[in-house]
Parts: sequence; structure tokens; C-alpha cells
Amino acid sequence: MNSLGTTLAAATLAGLLTCAAAFAATTSSPGELLAGYAGAAGLQPSAPRGQQFFNTRQGRDWSCASCHGATPIQAGRHASTGKTIEALAPTANPARFTDPAKVEKWFRRNCNDVAGRECTPAEKADILAWLSTLRP
Amino acid sequence: MKSRFPRAVLLPALLALAGAALADGPARTPLPSLYRDECGSCHVPFPPGLLNAGSWQRVMDGLARHHGVDASLDAASAAQIGAWLQASAGSGRRAGDNPPENRITRSAWFVRKHDEVPASAWQGPAVKSAANCIACHPRADQGAYDEHDIRIPR
Repeated sequence: MNSLGTTLAAATLAGLLTCAAAFAATTSSPGELLAGYAGAAGLQPSAPRGQQFFNTRQGRDWSCASCHGATPIQAGRHASTGKTIEALAPTANPARFTDPAKVEKWFRRNCNDVAGRECTPAEKADILAWLSTLRP
Repeated sequence: MKSRFPRAVLLPALLALAGAALADGPARTPLPSLYRDECGSCHVPFPPGLLNAGSWQRVMDGLARHHGVDASLDAASAAQIGAWLQASAGSGRRAGDNPPENRITRSAWFVRKHDEVPASAWQGPAVKSAANCIACHPRADQGAYDEHDIRIPR
């Protein structure tokens, strides 16, 4: 492919990727997500249990706090790259916990890094319950 | 002595050369929002021209263990980002080699471009990692690495 062709192909792909991202979003609220996880767990969420999980290593090198900080009403820093990670608590960052697919994606990845497995609905409910109590 | 080259020819030629020298940073390829979201959360979304197509393919094939971290994607996002990276990958002077661990920071071009940066600057708490481009290139998140913008934290 010549260079113009390559540029056009890249531009077309860039446009498609932008559209795909725009249409993929389904909105929700932290309260709805919390209710969903609590319902799936069949347990009353516990903010203290969530805080404990968040700040404790689960058998691997990192805890959630390693990147998000111990009190995630402030920005954290990625433990290996040093990149700033915006505040995780929904009270400090209204963009958090509004896109169920995004929330599930990050729970899947990060629980795998921290605990070597997916988190249970009860653990997700506890973490979200604790994050929702934090006030900036 | 009168120059063989009239100024009207020489000046634009020199400006073009200067422009080429300034443009020796990563090419300003526009970064799609899906790429920025998925590949720009844990590190800045790196310019695609800084790895060749083979290196990007290996990065995409290894996302489940991406430098020790789970960076796995759903199949549709992986396919779209992978296709865009293949179309936007670099070659030649910037991306001719296959750096160890497919790390841009270990390519011959990156090492050469940063050989004036003292070791102490890399190790500072504000930098932490060579992958933390934005520590010294304030507009790295927008794909801008102009040499005049560099601010090395003390």
C-alpha cells in the first residue's frame, strides 16, 4: 500500500474506532451498580470489609491501593508506570461507576492482578459501598 | 563571493531541513478515542509509529500478561485496535528494530534520542519509569513530544 493509501486506511479506522466507543456506552449510577452486586451476592454490603480488601494485598505484589491510593478521593499513581490515575471514589469523580461494561472490565483485570482471580459480587459490593462513603 | 544558490532557493531549503530536524519526534498520528481509552489508562497512549507492525502484533497477542499486568480486551476492541496499530505502525529509522519485550523505551531510536538525559532524572520520584512520557513531555497524552516543551522534573 502506498503512503496515501496507508494514511487513508488509518484515518478510516480511526473514525470507526471513535464511533464504536461512542455507541458502546450504557450509563448507570454507582447506587444501581451497588444494588446489582449486592443482589447477586445475597449479602448486605459492608463498607469496612471493602476498605479492608482495598488496602490489603491478596497474595500478590499489589493491593488496590498500590495504584489508587489508600484514600481514593485523590488521584493515585500507577505502581509501575507512574501515570496519574484519576480519583476512583464516585463522590470525588462523578465519571466513575457510570458505565457497567467499563466497571466490569476493570474489576476483571485489576482483581486478576491483585488477587489472581475475579472478585466475587460480594467483594465488588463491599468495595463500592466503601468508596461511596468517602467524602472529598 | 557570490553564492551559487540564490537566497530565494537556499532559504526555503534550509527551513525545510530545519523542519525535518524538529519533526524527528514521533509523528503526530491522531489517536482514536478507543485506543486512548483502552491503551491510555495505565500509561500515556503511545504513538503507534514507534513500534513496527510485528512488535505491535506481539503486544496485542500478549495483553493478558502485559508487562506483568492483565490488560486484556474484549474481542471486538482488540480487533479494532489491532487493525489500527497495524495500519499506523512505524518502520525504518524509528521502528526498524524489534526492541526487547516490545518496549518502545528499549528501541535503538528511543535510547539514542534520550542519551543526554542523566540517569538521576529517570530515577526521580516524579518520573519513576521511562514509560512515564508525560513526566517530561507535558503534552504526551495528546501525542505531542515537541523538543521545546521538555521539562525534566528536579
